[in-house]
Order: sequence, then structure tokens, then C-alpha cells
Amino acid sequence: MRKEVIRMLEKSASGHPGGSLSAADIVTSLYFNVMRYDPKNPHWEDRDRFVLSKGHGCPILYAAMAKAGYFPQEWLSTLRKTGSPLQGHPDQRFIPALEASTGSLGQGLSVSCGIALAGVMDKKDYRTYCLMSDGETEEGQTWEAVAFAGFHKLDRLIAIVDYNKFQLDGALKDILDMEPFKAKWESFRWHVQEVDGHSIPQVLQAIEQAKAHKGQPHLIIAHTVKGKGVSFMENNNYFHGVAPTSEEAQAALKELDGDPSLSQALIAAGKVKKGSK
Amino acid sequence: MTGAVVTRRPVEKKLGLATRDAYGQALAELGKKNSKIVVLDADLSSSTRTSAFAKLFPERFFNVGIAEANMVGLAGGLASSGKIPFISSFACFLVCKGYDQLRMAVALPKLNVKVVTSHGGISVGEDGSSQQSIEDVALMSSLPNFTVIVPSDEHSTRALVTEAGGTEGPVYIRTGRPKAPVIHGPSTPVKMGKGILVRSGSDVTLAANGLLVWEALLAAEQLQKEGVSAAVVDMHTIKPLDESLLVSQAEATGAFVVAEEHSVWGGLGSAVSQALSRLHPVPVEFVGIQDTYAESGQPEELFKKYGLTAADIAQAARRAVKRKKK
Repeated sequence: MRKEVIRMLEKSASGHPGGSLSAADIVTSLYFNVMRYDPKNPHWEDRDRFVLSKGHGCPILYAAMAKAGYFPQEWLSTLRKTGSPLQGHPDQRFIPALEASTGSLGQGLSVSCGIALAGVMDKKDYRTYCLMSDGETEEGQTWEAVAFAGFHKLDRLIAIVDYNKFQLDGALKDILDMEPFKAKWESFRWHVQEVDGHSIPQVLQAIEQAKAHKGQPHLIIAHTVKGKGVSFMENNNYFHGVAPTSEEAQAALKELDGDPSLSQALIAAGKVKKGSK
Repeated sequence: MTGAVVTRRPVEKKLGLATRDAYGQALAELGKKNSKIVVLDADLSSSTRTSAFAKLFPERFFNVGIAEANMVGLAGGLASSGKIPFISSFACFLVCKGYDQLRMAVALPKLNVKVVTSHGGISVGEDGSSQQSIEDVALMSSLPNFTVIVPSDEHSTRALVTEAGGTEGPVYIRTGRPKAPVIHGPSTPVKMGKGILVRSGSDVTLAANGLLVWEALLAAEQLQKEGVSAAVVDMHTIKPLDESLLVSQAEATGAFVVAEEHSVWGGLGSAVSQALSRLHPVPVEFVGIQDTYAESGQPEELFKKYGLTAADIAQAARRAVKRKKK
């Protein structure tokens, strides 16, 4: 999955590697261990729903959807090209199987609440998963939705925050620190768990616990590393919104195959650009 | 042109329901017929009149709190799950505070959400400029996929709300606070996207929507005394615009006044003049709010102060006719 992200972004020559890589284990867990869906019947009314509120992380979503069979793997190489269904941010006009069009941060949780509310009204047992960025919790609308879900006890709504501690211009702690994060959500009546967002067993266990806990919406704070898996991208905010060069992509792919030598060589040669801390 | 009755008899002012009241009634009726209809309101249901629906169908009504942005997002999620959400608040709050959400969660995915606002325009009155929406039509018209409607009276509001409820896709309807003079008979056909010729005339066409349709009718009477024959058209739908009616009126009268309770920037006037300049250029004059915010006061006084009366429309018509003769 991570390798697909690197390949897609190298070809598109633009996009957001950092937040795709930090979310990779979460998205993998959901698509291949948790969610109920049928790619041949994408609007099956009992499917679980996935909303990528952090729309800029869509490469990892596209990689998962291709692997799940929603569209051909070949589409991945068309990311961000004119005429491609794989838009720079998720757009339902091009991929009707998407549950929301996102890219303006802070909106996905509201849409997820609407989907979850419809499920309650229709007595459906599907679950709605909303993957958010930590940065977008700075948006006021997020908290309107957090309040709504808590008050209405939307317990089939599971939000996961990809808590990689960075936003575009730098670290949350320096820009608009949202800590104490867990306590905020709990005070809005949410059931909150914290996990290592790169441990698939921990993510899966948290989702199981969320399913078992009734009467509250669920937040899983997934502590992650931005750029996870590629040493020169990890916690390097340069790669928030800059795609790897072909040299960087080659090194990254090799590292993801278990051989960090090219990455180490890039770092040693001082060739890796550094982002804001 | 629709088959509306075209009258030359003197107009009699008969106050009907406020268009917001007609919305409340029509929405409750829709709720009886279609269980998919869900109504959201941002804590103004007694003012927007969604309260009538709430009383009948509490399980399908949500006061989401004073949180317009979230309300629009919720509507997107409900619509993508097969519901038909009607969402309401004051025009200024819903459109301005929910605009990015209307763009992302409704317009872009072209979802079946009906946005019906109340308190459009300055006839809100005493509450003052923060509550008076003069920008909503411009903002909503610029969103692709939205149909944009400003009905003039209770009959047309009922008809348009009902039609919107049965039509797939995003629709914006702006209603008003005060009681609205009756314009249309109960059997007048009213269709989204079709203007209504309310009064025929040969010298100038007064195209208006909302409360300004009544003012236009009064203006036409004044003009008739001066020997100017003015047609009046209820252009309730700004988008899609009834271009064929505009062209036939331009051919028949050769001059236009567009009148609306909205900023002259980006409202019906902009839409009509854009269409006419492309299809059949004729002199056009504009009656609307002149790029300013209004203030507290009685609606009638504010209409005078901000140039939205029959006298203002008649004056604009004289200008348009004069330009035509050059």
C-alpha cells in the first residue's frame, strides 16, 4: 500500500505523501480487516461507510480501493492527471463509490454524522468510519459535529484521528495546539481510545472495543508518524504536500522493500529537503 | 411563456401569507406524502416555520443547534443515504455560515438537498442589517448545480416548494418574513425555471421576484396613467433563467427593469442583463439594494429609503423607455 502511494505520487509529481503514509495502517486495517462492503455493489445499503475527511490523504484511499476491487489497479498511475477519475482530492462525480467529496478540511465529520443519523433513522446496522487529520480539528465545524454526535449518541460512528502532530506549516504544538485532545472529545461525550496508529493489531482491537461500547460515538486517537515507512520522509514536513522525485521515489520503494541503503545515501549526501518543524 | 392569466384590471392589494408560512405549510404536506423527507433547522424553526413539520413528524425533524455549517454537512450525509433533507435558517446565516459546506457537501456532489431560507432581504425590518440577507442569491447562483428561487407569494411558494421536494438535485428557495400580497390565483401554473407573465404590456417589461413583484404591479398601474404600457413578469427562478420568456418580452417591449430585494450585484438583475446582452440586447435598468447594507426600521420605510418601491420601479421604467427611444 505504501509503495503504491509512492509510485502514484512520483507519477503525478504533486500530492501529499506525508499524510498518506501516516494513515496507511489505519486505512489498511479498515479496508481489509474491518469494513463490510461489496465493490461490485458500491451503493449496497448495508455497507459500512468510509469518509476520508482529510481529503489530501486520498492516495492511500485510492490504493486501498483499487486493491479492494473498486476500480482497476491501472487507474492509480493516472492520479491527478486531466481526465482521471483519481482527482487530487476525493470527488464523488468521478468515483461514485466515494461516500463524500472532501478536501475542504473540517467537513467530513458532519457528513459522517448525517450518514450515521440516516442509519439510526432506518434502523440499519452499518457503521460509519471517518478518518480525520489532527490539523483539521482546528476547524470550528469539527466541534459542531463532535457536539452533535455526542449529544445524539451516534454509537455506530467511529472517528479516527491520524494524529501525526503536523499540519502544513509545521507542528500543531507550535501553531494551534489542540491538547488536551482526549479530554476535549470526552467532555463532548465521546468514548475515546488511544492507540499506536502503526500497529494494526492495536487499531483492530480498538475498533472491536468501540463496537462493543454502546451509547457514545467513538474516537480512536491513532498516534502516527508523518511519512511513516520512509526514513527521509518521517517527521519531515517538507513531504506534507510535495511529491517525491524519481530518485527519492526509488529510494523510498527500496526502503519499503526492506533495503534502506538508497535512503541512507540520500540523507548522507545532504540531498533531502527539510520542512518546517 | 406560461398560460397565466394576464390582467390589465387595477390591482387590489390582498395580503396573503408570508412566503415563509407558505413554506411551512407546504413542507408539512410534503412530509405526509414522502417519508424520506427529513428537516433540519439551526434553532430558528419557529421563525422559518419548519416548526409545523416538527410537530407532525418529530422523528424526522432535528434542531441541530446553532451550528449551520454542521447542519449543511449533516444534510449531505443524509442525502447520500437516500433521505431528502430540507434545511432551514435565516438566509444570511445559512448561506453565509454554511457556504463552503453548501459547496463541498451539496453542490459539488449534486446531492438532493433543499435549502429553504427565511428572512430574505431587508423586509426583515427592525432586526437590522445583520439579519437582512442581501447577498444570498448571488452566492447561491454562483454554485454550480443549484436551482435558485425567490417566490413572490403564498401560492407560488407552495407550488415551488412542492415541486422542489419532488425534483432530484440541490435547490435553494428564499422566503420572506412579512405577509406577502397575493399575486397569483390559486390555479396559476407555477413551474421551476418558468417565469410568469402577470400583466402584459408593450412599452417596457418589469421583471421582478419576491415582494418586488407586487411593487412592479403597482408601478405598472402608475405608468399606465402616464400612457406607458408596462408588462410585469414574476421571475421567481433566477437559475435556470427562463431565457425564452426574456427574449419574447424583449422583442415585445424593447426595454426592461429588473427589481429585486437583493444587492444589485449578482442577483436577478445580473442574471437577466447577462442573458439579454447575449440574446436580445435592450436597455435594462435596475432596482435593488445599491451596494450597501440597510438598517433597522419598518419594512415599508426601508423599501422607501433603499429604493425598492413602486415609485422607484416606475422611475426606472421611465429611464429605460427613454433610452429605448434614442
